[in-house]
Amino acid sequence: MMTATAIFAPFLAPYHPIDDANLLYSEEPPSHQFFFGTDSQGRDIFSRVIYGARISLSVGLLSQLMNSIIGIILGLTAGYFGKWWDDLVMGLTNIMLSIPAVIFALAIMALLGPGLINVFIALGLTNWSFTCRITRSQVLFTRDLNYVKAAQALGYGKIRIMFTQILPNIVGPILVIATLGIAGAILMEAALSFLGLGTQPPTPSWGGMLAKAREQIFTTPWISIFPGLAIFTTVLGLNLLGDGLRDFLDPHTAKKV
Amino acid sequence: MFAYTVRRMLQFIPTIFAITLIIFLLLNVLPGNAALMAGGKNRLPPEVMEKLKERWGLNKPIHVRYMLYMKDLAQGDLGTSFFAREKVSQMLASRLWPTLKLACTALLIACILGIPLGFYSALRQGTWVDTITMVGAVSGVSMPQFWLGLLLMFLFSVQFKLLPTFGYGEGAAINLILPSLTLGVGYMALLARTTRAAVVEILTQDYVRTARAKGLTEIWVNRKHVFRNTLVLLLTSAGLQFGSLIGETVVVETLFSWPGIGSLLVNSIFYRDTPVTQGCILVIIIGFLIINLVVDLLYGVIDPRIKYQ
Repeated sequence: MMTATAIFAPFLAPYHPIDDANLLYSEEPPSHQFFFGTDSQGRDIFSRVIYGARISLSVGLLSQLMNSIIGIILGLTAGYFGKWWDDLVMGLTNIMLSIPAVIFALAIMALLGPGLINVFIALGLTNWSFTCRITRSQVLFTRDLNYVKAAQALGYGKIRIMFTQILPNIVGPILVIATLGIAGAILMEAALSFLGLGTQPPTPSWGGMLAKAREQIFTTPWISIFPGLAIFTTVLGLNLLGDGLRDFLDPHTAKKV
Repeated sequence: MFAYTVRRMLQFIPTIFAITLIIFLLLNVLPGNAALMAGGKNRLPPEVMEKLKERWGLNKPIHVRYMLYMKDLAQGDLGTSFFAREKVSQMLASRLWPTLKLACTALLIACILGIPLGFYSALRQGTWVDTITMVGAVSGVSMPQFWLGLLLMFLFSVQFKLLPTFGYGEGAAINLILPSLTLGVGYMALLARTTRAAVVEILTQDYVRTARAKGLTEIWVNRKHVFRNTLVLLLTSAGLQFGSLIGETVVVETLFSWPGIGSLLVNSIFYRDTPVTQGCILVIIIGFLIINLVVDLLYGVIDPRIKYQ
């Protein structure tokens, strides 16, 4: 199953570009063809689902990018400098791990108020602890290896060593975490929008559409199907890609499964 | 073991202290939000707003407010809701039981179905049961809970009219079925995946080969050697992922209009009812910490090699 996943991951993942390409067509006024039916305001759900992809994917990608950058910088510096900075960063990471991510995101949304930009910020700040931990442990492992020592002997600066010598060697696991993180962020954006705290109507977002569908489940049940299906396939694709990448980058697990 | 438990409990204190500080700062750096919101669309006249701020204690500087908050907290007082005029601790107490009931039922469903499925598919790798389980598991992890909830709601409540759609129904068991199923499926998928991975890993270990070489029957090997070791691996990731189950409770409670802590939290965020938001978050995090402690203690029960120093 895992190898099948690894093989199919490249085929499963690139459907985002296809979604993005379709955006050109859906710029036309909605409800000229009702592939997925229309919602209560006569808007074509097909178009809205495709538009929603813009929101979901950009939220997923950008907030995870933010998470990765925070995690990498904190992890690299904590592992490399050590001492009190390491203690501080690790303390912060442990606290972050002891707060469920959704709850922390909700707290940030409570501060900033509902809205798309605020979702970016909330999700971008909540999920960096895993990246940070892995980066730090990898730094601790590579710090005393010979090539890093050689770089030190050559008189490279600390920051240069961190980014040119250590970072390239730990890109693999970080990439895997990031892929799965994008999937998580998309799910979380959908959940926040569903709760009414994320993307505000009339901007189409998958989670927001489902919130609307909940009110109309007795009259127009088809509304609830397609936005959810869109979230599901996107997240599934990313999860499979993440699993595939992990197996590809880590021959140890690939061999076993 | 007892000393260890006590020491772990003591470790809670700085963690909770740090968390209250973070949450308090997050929710209180913008003063007077609640007073602004109280008038709804029509802004209140400034003198009324000043009065409200005074009553809610929002006119004091933030460090003074934090001190007051911590002083009350030390006495078990979580403050008073801005709008409901009710003690936050009372509001939380009345909402705790529905949430616990929902989360525990979901957990039970997940464990009863997820672990055996994962176990079975690891032992019968490559069969159709294995394939279906793993496809189902990946799907279950990738599915937004509230969507699954909507689909179940549509199927069982709207089409077949078997189960009620929303609400707590005065605690009737029939109202519990859909929410707990919705909440449980994601966790079940996760457990099935983790169990399978753990069993696959353990089956390659030397002691399993030794046990087989001793001539033990396959059932005995699985029961004595594989299952017990699986539990240790399983406990780690199940405990780690419990946080996501708690997070999903918020969404599922809102979807099913379940009167639990999660829906209280979401409502309080809408109304900027800061004391309630703070209280909910605190209770949820403490719950999460307690679960982590229980997981740590369970290691010792399952795996006698682990000694608590």
